[in-house]
Amino acid sequence: MLENFSFRTIAEYLPLFGQGLVTTVWLSALSFIGALVVGIVLCAANLQRAWMFRAPAKAYIDAVRATPLLAQLYFLYFGLPRLGFVLPELVVGILALSLNSGAYVAEIIRAGILSIPRGQVEASVASGMTYAQRMRLVILPQAFKVTIPPLLGQAIVLVKDSALLSLISVAELTRAGQLLASDRFMPAEGFITIAAFYLLLYYGLKGLAVLSSRWLGTAGARI
Amino acid sequence: MIWQQFLSLAGSYPLALRGLGMTVMLSLISLVLGTALGFGLGILRTGGNRLAASVIGAWVDLIRGTPFLVQIFLIFFILPELGIELDAFTAGIIALTNLAACFICEIVAAGIRSVPTGQVEAALASGLSRWQRMRQVVLPQAMRIVLPPLVGQYVLLIKDSSVVSAIGLTDLTRVGWLVVQRVPNGLLVFFLVGVGYFIVCYPLIMLARRLERRMGAAHGEVQL
Repeated sequence: MLENFSFRTIAEYLPLFGQGLVTTVWLSALSFIGALVVGIVLCAANLQRAWMFRAPAKAYIDAVRATPLLAQLYFLYFGLPRLGFVLPELVVGILALSLNSGAYVAEIIRAGILSIPRGQVEASVASGMTYAQRMRLVILPQAFKVTIPPLLGQAIVLVKDSALLSLISVAELTRAGQLLASDRFMPAEGFITIAAFYLLLYYGLKGLAVLSSRWLGTAGARI
Repeated sequence: MIWQQFLSLAGSYPLALRGLGMTVMLSLISLVLGTALGFGLGILRTGGNRLAASVIGAWVDLIRGTPFLVQIFLIFFILPELGIELDAFTAGIIALTNLAACFICEIVAAGIRSVPTGQVEAALASGLSRWQRMRQVVLPQAMRIVLPPLVGQYVLLIKDSSVVSAIGLTDLTRVGWLVVQRVPNGLLVFFLVGVGYFIVCYPLIMLARRLERRMGAAHGEVQL
């Protein structure tokens, strides 16, 4: 039973949890930046008319979306050394998260760009803008507003997904919980504590998402 | 060299089939249970009872705010401490069902909220009972909003079922992990694992996309 739930042990392991939390935060942040880069490139390729750009991007997005992150993670973890890239687990993990989330980010950005009414594009064509001007001055500023809230949603997913990196022994938050659970045979203390930490991150990001959609929503509604 | 690896991989195909079977079974059972539970919770969440609605809301937030891996560990390692003995399979089913129910609850609640109040008032004025109102007026209209993300949720569920390999269930991902210890070609092994998931998930993704297009059109949304 849980009556001998030991807060003292949790306090003893607090530095470990702290380190894990910090690692989870920065590796998620780094992966999110990676995902943005991957997503923007994929989305740019996906919006091209030329088949040779569009098809690979589409295939990549579908492949990522139809397979679990864990399988993708193992694919890189066991596969990269085979190709001669022996990377630390942490790097493999960040790579996997970036490549995985990138596919979802690409779809979010694409939805944002496609949400711009057709008339806007036609008006900018009629004003004699080039493709680059149209994108930069008309479409992207409006698409930006629409994409921020779902991008924050993706960030939440990414933080939660980063827990899987504990399975390739990256020393992040979930790993800290596993260590406490296995060292002291205290799974309750270990896993409830990390669940609380994840909730903290979740509510932080969710608050940010709500704030941003309120802030952008009022500004963005009047097109 | 490659050929030999192919041969030894071919030798482990019964294991792969068992893994695929386990993945499909886990997903299917928790899909059915989770859908039933999710619809019930969603209806309760939008019903009049404030207390029930806020308890469900809090629970859904707890589940959405924590990684699924942590949820599995909590269920698998802590329920026995509370005196509930369970094997890995049951723990996996409980975790997946709970996850599915929470996400489906939100989808259903959003669908129900999208039905105009006038519809409910009209049903009320026609003397329909609470149950009739829900079954004959609200749910059929809500399904339009519910169906596309529901199918998308099934895809997520199948993919999330890979995480139960962490507590030792021999699903498709675990099979890949086992095989790669013997045949050291991670690229090939996990490519094949990916193909296995793709075969199950991709038709569902296509279905979700089609439903989205169809329901969007049926809804009479004007594309500007």
